[in-house]
Amino acid sequence: MNKRGLNLIFRLTVFALLFTGFAQMPIFARYYLADVPGFAWTADYYLNHILHYGLAAVLLVFLGWRLPLAMKRRWTSGGLLLTLSWAGVVATGLVRVMKNQPDVFFSPNLVMAVDWAHLGFVMLLGAVSLGHALAARTKADAAQ
Amino acid sequence: MKINRRSFLATGLAAAAGAVAGPAQGRAAEGSSSASSVAVVLATLLDLSKCIGCGACVEACREANAHRYPEPVKPFPKMYPSRVKAADWSDKRDVNDRLTPYNWLYIQTASGEYNGRTFELNIPRRCLHCQNPPCANLCPWGAASKDGRGIVAINDEICLGGSKCKDVCPWHIPERQTGVGLYLKLAPSFAGNGVMYKCDRCQDRVAAGGTPACIEVCPEGVQTIGPRDKILAQARKLAEETGGFLYGDTENGGTNTFYVSPVPFDVVNQAIDKGPGRPHLASVGNPFTTEDTLARAVYAAPLAGLVAGALHLIRGAASEDDHE
Repeated sequence: MNKRGLNLIFRLTVFALLFTGFAQMPIFARYYLADVPGFAWTADYYLNHILHYGLAAVLLVFLGWRLPLAMKRRWTSGGLLLTLSWAGVVATGLVRVMKNQPDVFFSPNLVMAVDWAHLGFVMLLGAVSLGHALAARTKADAAQ
Repeated sequence: MKINRRSFLATGLAAAAGAVAGPAQGRAAEGSSSASSVAVVLATLLDLSKCIGCGACVEACREANAHRYPEPVKPFPKMYPSRVKAADWSDKRDVNDRLTPYNWLYIQTASGEYNGRTFELNIPRRCLHCQNPPCANLCPWGAASKDGRGIVAINDEICLGGSKCKDVCPWHIPERQTGVGLYLKLAPSFAGNGVMYKCDRCQDRVAAGGTPACIEVCPEGVQTIGPRDKILAQARKLAEETGGFLYGDTENGGTNTFYVSPVPFDVVNQAIDKGPGRPHLASVGNPFTTEDTLARAVYAAPLAGLVAGALHLIRGAASEDDHE
């Protein structure tokens, strides 16, 4: 598959992860999305949980694949922040998966910390990605 | 710990820092003396043939937990969208024939006929404290969790009352009280709707080396508490010796509450009142089989990607060498 196709799959995976992640909150039924014909599944917590796990596996393959390539690049402060945001999302996500194993437990405070941190890193990643995209567009406009 | 908007944000930042620093992990040991074990998983056995339905456990639960019952602020915030309804039990605190935010344990009665003989059973009902609790696994906010003693509890300081825990619980045990909790300080009209309440098996008393109030007060010794492996062996033995039936060993992937009944549970389930606040006793499969399998894929995925990426780089370098 060419680079453009891989990028498209990566972006779709991230979007689907965001969607199924927010579906973990009881908001889609409350705010009528699940009432839209064909969208009842958005309020199915178990289904969205499975989808989130499956998509996370796909994302982690992508991120693992990109890591050696990223290591070869020259690091900018923006790139570093982006990488740290991704690392935060991944680390807290993996801990959440571990927490859900039947024979594993974490202290209630740690569970809360990890859950909030996962949400926080996702928001940070969103903000940093947006900043990155805006900076890239400004640079492109200036070059023209 | 009281939480306001400022401390909420501060805690969130601290949480993020803590998670980056590296999470600690404990493994619940069932009666083992593993160095990593924090506590022994405790389970309870309820011998239903002994329960006389006196209600002493219900009263004891109320007395022991009265100081933790919700004191809602009224009037409740107007909710948007209007389809979101308040759940208010504060004027019905005396209700004791179902689970409510003020009644975390009640006695269910089943009567009928089995094998040509009539029966009447009294069944103390409360949270079963699952080994792999959907309420704790799927809570998006970290308010519900399972501790090393096998207790599943909801933190009333941070619960937003979204009721997801109740939806995903096979028995729909947690009950909501509106007008109380963190949501009032965040976005009272748009997020959350109160706090979810349920039995936490007297977590504080157990942590202090005590016994849950319902067990301590029972005049008939209906409940026994102890390390899960021993209690499960005891429950199996009791069922075998009495020709009885066991509930809770496999339900929902296994719980830390075992009921032993002289009547099969499908018969009992037919004979009890079921509905809001009145949980069933039907068989429940493990809802996390797929997730547990997928978890292995999630662990393996970064490594698989890393290997593929490294090979890609090496192949690229080799190809460049060939061109030179």
